[in-house]
Amino acid sequence: MRDFFLSIYLRDLRLAMRRRIEALLPVAFFVVAVSLFPLGVGPEHDTLRLIAPGVVWVCALLATMLSVTNLYAGDFADGSLEQMLLAGQSPILIAAAKSAAHWTLTGLPLVVTAPLFGLLFDMHGDAITALTLSLLLGTPILSLLGSVGAALTLGLRSAGVLIILLVLPLSIPALIFGTGAVGAVEAGQSASGHYSILGALLIFTALIAPPASSAALRISVE
Amino acid sequence: MRQPAATIRGLGGLRPESPTLQLQSDACQPLRLFATLFVNHRALTSPPTSAAPQLTAAQLACRRGTRLLFKDLSLDVGAGQIVWVRGHNGRGKTSLLRLAAGLSTPEHGEVQSDGVSVRRSPDYRDRLVYIGHANALKEDLTATEALEFLLRVHRRPCAVKTVHAALERVGLHSRRNAPVRTLSQGQRRRVALARLAVESTPSLWILDEPFDALDVDGVHRLNLIMKEHTARGGSIVLTSHLLLDSELLAPIEIDLDRYADLRG
Repeated sequence: MRDFFLSIYLRDLRLAMRRRIEALLPVAFFVVAVSLFPLGVGPEHDTLRLIAPGVVWVCALLATMLSVTNLYAGDFADGSLEQMLLAGQSPILIAAAKSAAHWTLTGLPLVVTAPLFGLLFDMHGDAITALTLSLLLGTPILSLLGSVGAALTLGLRSAGVLIILLVLPLSIPALIFGTGAVGAVEAGQSASGHYSILGALLIFTALIAPPASSAALRISVE
Repeated sequence: MRQPAATIRGLGGLRPESPTLQLQSDACQPLRLFATLFVNHRALTSPPTSAAPQLTAAQLACRRGTRLLFKDLSLDVGAGQIVWVRGHNGRGKTSLLRLAAGLSTPEHGEVQSDGVSVRRSPDYRDRLVYIGHANALKEDLTATEALEFLLRVHRRPCAVKTVHAALERVGLHSRRNAPVRTLSQGQRRRVALARLAVESTPSLWILDEPFDALDVDGVHRLNLIMKEHTARGGSIVLTSHLLLDSELLAPIEIDLDRYADLRG
């Protein structure tokens, strides 16, 4: 079971390393989109500080959506998905491994680069920590939900649009509590309640999304 | 010539007193449930067998969209047999193989392995090698890496030495470190088929157009691998538009055109 998970996870990382430009595209989008806001909104420190959590979180959400479209499409097209489904292991492991690889390649770089953008938006140290923590808890939720959307729309035309329509509404709680955590810290309150809800959302999504993705994958290859 | 043990017949060939038909009638639902439970229990509790799974199906029908591809198809595939599924384009050859692999569900009937539905059998997939029309190779991996991944997920021996030996067996040793994207279609097919060279147990192979894009040497190598497999008691279900070497392989033919739903 562990070998099966690791085989898929490590293969996806290796494939991403072989296509670095494509793998870096979501992160590049995130960097460019977030960097443009100070230029567009103006250099007013208070305004930037106010909009920073929302901007970073929305850009992270869109960067995740950008990359999740192809989560299963390549494996579906070249027959790899069929082979994985015939491996005699639970398809839940396929969904879990693919989601984990997606988070490692997309969510983790966003978490790592988030403090830099905190500085760009003139955020305080505590707020930057809250932003990073909220992204650490929230981006796996986005990858897991994206996995469900990608599996449900596998093989369909206009899958990219459908994924966004399916996944964005489900991602709104993570967005609200993610930005809320930073807002609470900036207002001098404790963000522990927001972290707890984000943690609960993560646990709930981690329990529900892989089985849902695996059911959708089985239907898609029928 | 070897007498074929597998039988391919239409609905008319099944007698009313056939146990298969009795089990599948609605009047015998409780009996069927009991039989299924019993067989499942037996399959779960018995140790894994090293023999090839006995593949059976009765009154099989397959639908794609609104079109019924074939109906009333029965088949038995026993150890050491090669079943060659033939038919015109669009008759459902690939669909039949996908049903046999448990990748899709039939419109009617059921494909069973040792008496258990292939979709519910706990060990069927461990004793199955399915190579579809797509090669399941990643363009950015080398031939060795791509084959190693497929062997690993199927829990087959996947040490580098084993992988290289398998590639050598299909004549690709010199290209073992070449990225898949630089290989020709025939070479990619050989990499996909190299999985078969690793098999050492009498499993069931389901091969969709395995000779596709292979040259004469590739066909010869594959024939030898398949012959070795049947000699050790393995079984093969395959589709091919190329004529098979009937002297070497002695295949049993299923002509899907006979089971086509002409109304479709």
